[in-house]
Amino acid sequence: MSTAVTTTERSAPSRGPVTELFLGGGRSRRITWLLVGLIVLFSAVRVISGEAALTSSSTFSAALLLAVPLLLVALGGLFAERAGVVNIGLDGMMILGTWGAGFAGYQWGWVGAVVGGIVAGAIGGLLHAIATVTFGVDHVVSGVAINILAGGIVRFLSELLYTDNPAGGGVTQSPALSSRPPSFSLPVLSSGPDLLGDLESKQWFLLSDVAGLLRGLTNGVGVLTVVAVLLVPAAYLLLWRTAFGLRLRSCGENPAAADSLGVPVYRLKYIAVIVSGGLAGLGGVFLVFIANIYREGQTNGRGFIGLAALIFGNWRPGGLAAGAGLFGFADALQLRSRTGVVALLLLVAVLLAGVAVYQATRRKATQAIIAAAFAAASLSGYLTIDVLPEGIVSFTPHITTLLVLSLASQRLRMPKADGLVYRRGEH
Amino acid sequence: MNRVRGFGTSLIAPALAIGVALVISALVILVIGQDPLTAVKVMFDFGDTPSQQTQAIVTVLNRAVPLFLAGLAVSVAFRMGLFNIGVEGQYRLATIVAAGAGAAVALPGPLHLVFIIVVAMLVGALWAGIVGVLKVTRGVSEVISSIMLNFIAAGLASTLLTGPLRGSGEGASIITTRELPESAWFPDLNGLFTVLGLAQPRTELFGFLVVAGLAGIVISVLIKRTRFGFDLRASGLSPSAASASGVDARGMVVKTMLISGAVAGLIGLPDLLGSTHSYGTEFTAGLGFLGIAVALLGRNNPLGIAFGALLFGFLDRAAIPLQFADIPASVVTIIQGTIVLAVVVANEIARRLVRRRAEGGAAVSAPSTGDGSTGGGLGPDGGLPPDDGPGGAGPDGGQGPALTSATGSAGRSDTTGGRA
Repeated sequence: MSTAVTTTERSAPSRGPVTELFLGGGRSRRITWLLVGLIVLFSAVRVISGEAALTSSSTFSAALLLAVPLLLVALGGLFAERAGVVNIGLDGMMILGTWGAGFAGYQWGWVGAVVGGIVAGAIGGLLHAIATVTFGVDHVVSGVAINILAGGIVRFLSELLYTDNPAGGGVTQSPALSSRPPSFSLPVLSSGPDLLGDLESKQWFLLSDVAGLLRGLTNGVGVLTVVAVLLVPAAYLLLWRTAFGLRLRSCGENPAAADSLGVPVYRLKYIAVIVSGGLAGLGGVFLVFIANIYREGQTNGRGFIGLAALIFGNWRPGGLAAGAGLFGFADALQLRSRTGVVALLLLVAVLLAGVAVYQATRRKATQAIIAAAFAAASLSGYLTIDVLPEGIVSFTPHITTLLVLSLASQRLRMPKADGLVYRRGEH
Repeated sequence: MNRVRGFGTSLIAPALAIGVALVISALVILVIGQDPLTAVKVMFDFGDTPSQQTQAIVTVLNRAVPLFLAGLAVSVAFRMGLFNIGVEGQYRLATIVAAGAGAAVALPGPLHLVFIIVVAMLVGALWAGIVGVLKVTRGVSEVISSIMLNFIAAGLASTLLTGPLRGSGEGASIITTRELPESAWFPDLNGLFTVLGLAQPRTELFGFLVVAGLAGIVISVLIKRTRFGFDLRASGLSPSAASASGVDARGMVVKTMLISGAVAGLIGLPDLLGSTHSYGTEFTAGLGFLGIAVALLGRNNPLGIAFGALLFGFLDRAAIPLQFADIPASVVTIIQGTIVLAVVVANEIARRLVRRRAEGGAAVSAPSTGDGSTGGGLGPDGGLPPDDGPGGAGPDGGQGPALTSATGSAGRSDTTGGRA
């Protein structure tokens, strides 16, 4: 007992001033340092590999474009799972959202697309709520059924409405949207004199990379994108700072206790799952905006990646935003530059080498050896491979998801009653 | 008596579900201004000549064989409470590797077939094993990891197809692997029609039907008659109880995924060995997801899965004739989707009815407190238990009433669970 006390007492002051600088303070300071570290690492990898696409503003703006749908899906998942309903059907709801956006968008422009997508997604959510909350069907089973059903419904509706449509379209796609959503660029910095663009083209270490990041996030940004990003703090405030949010979260932690305190558990679960579907549908709307048209298979499993972002983010708004950003970046990089993905291997090698050293200092030999082996493998991959085949590059975001989850998953905590069927009076 | 009644209840749910799905589909067809009766007529119209009729039966059976295997693969994992959505990726990767390996070696007839089957099963097992290992060592949800592995498998398959395993020449519109030598073609079962005195169909009835049947029997025996199968079902019904009685839960997860993946590896083989003889860009896709539906429909019981596969095969055959009758072929997908949703809802209702009846019997001694701590999806459908164990494991499951109702409903779910 006493030894334990003395060691803790001794270990606290044994932190040197440098350690204190990095690890002291609150979470926010550690996160800031993490971000700074990542930017330095990226910029170092960019300089070594000569792969300008890694931190160019066009990559970052594509990343933002691709991250927003994931962000919205993950937010949708957040609502459902915080209320205790696992939502594997997010992908299906997103599919419904893309179709709704295409259908309403070609007739009534971008506003119509937004409304159509949200409504279509919310209908999918309603279906999931009826199955899981009212009928008590297993959540995963219902979600998978919705995914299958959504694919059939959109194909059916397209066949019905688009095949002989004078406006265009066909069995697998809608006519083009009749108007595009507005966008803007920050004056001086990203347009007009375009100071950030100048700085980026200088290719200086660190400075150009930061300029690329900032320009990517401020040049030609859609107004709706900004609204979508603002939904993250909004969701945080709603779920963690209001009575409604507390009640909703209590349904995901201990529905029986919530019920006994008069919280309308069923109703809240319904609301949460319908909102979840609406947000997933909105995510689909953004995919439609990217292509300006609805196409079958447009989601390409993004609903599932959004779900992974939610898990990676530990069922928290900030965390899921980070996850969506990461997967959006991986997706953007694979679309923009196949050689850029190879440079990513160098990055992975450096990160894993860091993990190996960290585990070695903690005397965890097995983990250190595994990490070192994978680091060596990625390094040799970087050194030997020039261009990866298209098939392999295409799953960059998915393998990133898998890697990140397998590195992160153990410290995560899902809502306690997540995925459990709740029946009043049976618990 | 009890047995008969239990069997009856287990049939009511799927029948009800199919009925509901048909009504919904009929409404959909009505909405688009077509006559549902025409659709039904088209679906059951197998052709005019005897040859056309046997051809239709062959089409249904040939589609049902891979669906049956897919359902079987999913059901093995289901029984353990694992959700293998990765069947899709497992069979595609297994099929292309098996196609490549089969074309690369020269072996005498039966040995060549065995070689291809073994390769496919190994690849499928390996791919599913990753999911199991990630789950037990890193705690990654098998649902997410298997979905990600589906995408990775699709990417790998297309890389293999366009790269090292490419068999078709430059500029070909459909890229395929090299064609398998004739020693690796599975003999067909068309002799059966001659024996039965029926007309010969145009195409071959897959001989792989026999292998699929064998796989069904093996899996059935493995799950119902062996120690391993008992452990597997026990872990599915109550992970905490199973591990308390000495079942190595982590080992079971990996082993179950390996078996599920090995069966999944077989899914592509009926087509590969029976008709296409090569893997190409046009190779049948989506069987893995349909397998989930078939497994749910068949309530994880091999015989039920066979019926589910036949039903889906029957519906799929109708797609093209429906198109000719001006009814969109996607109606079939809608029917299938609604059947699945209706089945899971009907299973749930049936489970509740069964339990209410059981509780009614026990209510003499203990008025229905509605405790139901056997909770979750542990019904007669042998469905998915929730990840974190049944509600009874939670702090809120009162011990006293749990005992009374557990004897009633647990006993019941055991007897029906054995058959369902």
